[in-house]
Amino acid sequence: MSDFFTLSVLVATFASGMRLATPYLLAALGETIGQRSGVLNLGVDGVMLLGAFFAYWTVLETDSRLLGVAVGLGVGLTMGIAYAIVTLVFKAEQGISGIGIYLFGLGISELLFLKQVGIPRGIPSFDDLKIPLLGDIPHIGNMFFNHSMLVYLAVLMVPVLTLVVNRTTLGLNIRAVGESPEAADSLGVSVFRTRAVAILVGNGLAGLAGAALTIELGTFQNNLTNGIGFIAVALVYFGAWRPVGVLAGSLLYGLITATVTQWKTLGIVTGATASLTTMAPAVLTVIALAIIARRAADQPAALTVPFSRDG
Amino acid sequence: MTDLMLEMRGITKRFPGVLANDSVDFDVRRGEVHTLLGENGAGKSTLMKILFGLYAADEGTIDFEGEPLQVDSPAAAIEAGIGMIHQHFMLVPTFTVTENVALGLGTADMDQVRERLTGLSETYSLDVDPDALIWQLAVGERQRVEILKALYRDARLLVLDEPTAVLTPQEVNDFFVTLRQIADDGRGLIFISHKLHEVMALSDRITVLRDGRVSGSTTPGETSRQQLAQMMVGRPVKLAPDKPPVTAGESRLELKNLSVMGDRDALAVHGVDLSVAAGEIVGVAGVSGNGQRELCEAVAGLRPVTDGTVLLDGQDTTGASPRRCRASGLAFVPEERMLHGAVAQFSVNENLMLLNHDSQEYSRWGFLKLPALRERAGRLVEHYDVKTPSIDTATSALSGGNIQKLIMARELSAEPAVLIAAQPTRGVDIGAAEYIHERLIAQREQGTAVLVVSEDLDEVLALADRVAVMFEGRIVAVIDRSDCTVEDLGLLMAGAQP
Repeated sequence: MSDFFTLSVLVATFASGMRLATPYLLAALGETIGQRSGVLNLGVDGVMLLGAFFAYWTVLETDSRLLGVAVGLGVGLTMGIAYAIVTLVFKAEQGISGIGIYLFGLGISELLFLKQVGIPRGIPSFDDLKIPLLGDIPHIGNMFFNHSMLVYLAVLMVPVLTLVVNRTTLGLNIRAVGESPEAADSLGVSVFRTRAVAILVGNGLAGLAGAALTIELGTFQNNLTNGIGFIAVALVYFGAWRPVGVLAGSLLYGLITATVTQWKTLGIVTGATASLTTMAPAVLTVIALAIIARRAADQPAALTVPFSRDG
Repeated sequence: MTDLMLEMRGITKRFPGVLANDSVDFDVRRGEVHTLLGENGAGKSTLMKILFGLYAADEGTIDFEGEPLQVDSPAAAIEAGIGMIHQHFMLVPTFTVTENVALGLGTADMDQVRERLTGLSETYSLDVDPDALIWQLAVGERQRVEILKALYRDARLLVLDEPTAVLTPQEVNDFFVTLRQIADDGRGLIFISHKLHEVMALSDRITVLRDGRVSGSTTPGETSRQQLAQMMVGRPVKLAPDKPPVTAGESRLELKNLSVMGDRDALAVHGVDLSVAAGEIVGVAGVSGNGQRELCEAVAGLRPVTDGTVLLDGQDTTGASPRRCRASGLAFVPEERMLHGAVAQFSVNENLMLLNHDSQEYSRWGFLKLPALRERAGRLVEHYDVKTPSIDTATSALSGGNIQKLIMARELSAEPAVLIAAQPTRGVDIGAAEYIHERLIAQREQGTAVLVVSEDLDEVLALADRVAVMFEGRIVAVIDRSDCTVEDLGLLMAGAQP
C-alpha cells in the first residue's frame, strides 16, 4: 500500500482519473440537458457505441483524429434526430425506447466492426497539450494542465452549459418545458422545438463521448463502453441535474477507477480481490444514489412525460 | 370609433353528434366586465377555445379591435392582445416570478423584466415579490402573477376562467377591485364563473349559455340570482335547499386531539377536536390545502394518525384499516372523485358493486352473484337518478354530476352511521348539485352524522347546522349556523383570530 502513497503515483493516478472521467462527463452533461427539458434517454450507451465505432473507423481510414471527433458528433446528432422523432412525434414511452436505442447501437456497432474492420488495429490518440505556465506548476501542472484537448473540451463544457441553462432564453425554455410544458406552451414557447434541441445536444454529446473514448484508448472492440452510458444517466441524478454536480460525479468515478487500476498494477490487490475491487465504482454509485434519492425535488417535474396540447 | 372591442357573431361549432355552439353572439366593450355563465357542457369553453384559435368555428365571424381575428394558438392570441387566466395556473413552480413573466418573451435580461414587472404590480396593486419562487407563493399570489403575465404582454382583452375558486371571500373583494381597475384602463374582461353572487357583484353584462345557445343576456340590475340559475338550467332551481328542523342526537363521530402528517413530512392536521352528532350536518369551511383532505383521509383510514383518537359510532377506529372504518359505519365521498371515488375504466355496475361485493348477499365461495349485483345496480341507478345509457356504460363516459351521484348511491346504500362528503358538488352542474344537497339533507333526517368539507362557502352555509373553520391544520372556530356571517367566516378562513 505504501507504494501507492507516493507523490508521483498519486499525481499519475489523479491525471489518469481525469482522463477516464472525460467520456462519463461528456455523456452525462448531454443527458443533463435532455433531462432538464423533460426527456429521459436510456440509450446513451448505444449512441456512444455508434459514435465510438464511426469515429474509430474514420480515424482508421483517414488518419484524421479531428475528423473522427466530428464524425462521432455527427453520428450522435443523427441518433438525436431519430430519438426526437420517436419521443416527440410518436410520443413513445421513454424508458422503453431508450433501451431500444441502446440495443440498436450495441448491435450495429458490433456488426459494422466485424464487417468493416474485423481484427482490431490501433489508432493514434491525441497528444497531451501542456497549458503554458500552468502546466509547469510542479505536480498540479501534471494533474490538471497536461491533458488531451478532449479533456479540456469536456471540462470547458461545464461552465458553458451552466451559463446556457441559467442565463439564456434557450436555457429558460429548456427548464420551463422540463418543469411545466403546459405553462411554456401557453406563452408561445414551442415544447417540440425546445425538447428537440435538448435531445440533439444530449445525443451529440453522447456521440462525442464515444469518439473521445475510442480515440483516448486508441482502439475499438465490441461493447467498448461497457455500460459507461448507463453510469452517465446515473451521474445526472447524482449531480442533481446540474453540470457542476455532474462534473463532481464524473471525477469521483474516474478517480476511483484509476485508483483501482493503479492498485492492480502495483499488486496491492490481486486475483479475486481485484475483481471485487472493480465493483467499487458501481457500489459507490448505488450508495450515493440511495443517499441522494431524498433530493427528488430537484428532478424536472415533467421528466419522461410526453406533452400534448389537449383539444 | 366604436367602443366594441370583441365581436363574435353567429358562432356555430359542431362535433360529431353534438352542437357545441349554435349561432352564439357574444361581444365585449372596452372597459367592461362581461360574464359568460353556463353549466358544464353549455358551450362556454368551446366558445373560448374558438376565440383562442384552438378550434375553428364552422360558421360565424370574430372581429377584435375592428379587424377580423386570426389566431391558431394561445401564443398567437397573446400576440394579438388577448390574455387568458387559466383556472389551473400556467406557471413553472420552480421558476421565480420574474422568470415566469419572462418565459417566451425571448429576453434573457431579467433585470429589465423585473423593473417593468415591479412597475406594473405597483400600478395595479398586484403585490408580489418578483424574486420569489412560485411554489413558495400562496394561491392568491400565484393568481396575481398570472394577471401580471398577461398585463406585461399588453393584453387588452383578458379572459378569466373561474378565477375566484381559489380565493377567500376577502381576497375576492380585493381581486374584484383590481379587476375593475384593469377594466377602467380601457381593457375588456370576460369573466367565467358559476358563483352567482360574484357574477352579480362584478359584471357589467351577463350572457348565459345553455345547450350551446345563448339563453339570456342581461345586466345585474335587471336580474336576480334566481333568474340566472333558471336561465342556466332551463327550469326553476332551488338555490338553498329546504332544511326541516332535526333534533341532533348523540355524537356519532368524535375526533379528539387528532394530528395527522401531510405528504411532505410535516403535520397537516394539528390537534383537531370535533364531534358530529346523529342528525346533524357539520360543515368544514376553509381554503383548499389547510388540512381538510388529510383530516378526511385519516378518519377514513386512508392516512396514518399521528396522535389523538377517532371514535366512529362509539368504536375506536384510530389507525384502523379502511375496511374496519367502513364496518364501523363510515361512508366516504372523496374529493378526487375519479382518483379515489370510482374506477374510471369500470362500468357503472362494477363501480356500484365495489363496496360490498364480498358480502354474503352478493358472493359465495369467492364467486360474484352477478344477477343479484346487476339487479341492485339497476335499482341504485334509478333511485339515485344517475343518468347513464346502461349499467354497463364506462363510468368515465358520464358527466361529473352523474359520477358523483353514482358514488353517493354506492356510499349511501350502506346506510352509514357517519358520512363524510368532501367537495361534494365541485365541478358538478347546478341540477346535480341541487340533487346531491337534497340527498345529504335526507341523510341527516335519517340520523346519519354528516361531515361536509367544502371550499364553497355558499354550500357550507346552505347545508350545515354548525360550521367548523379550518386554517393551517387547526379548527380555529366552530360556530352555529344561525350565528354565521360570510364576513366572519372569511376572516377566520384567512387566519384571523376568533
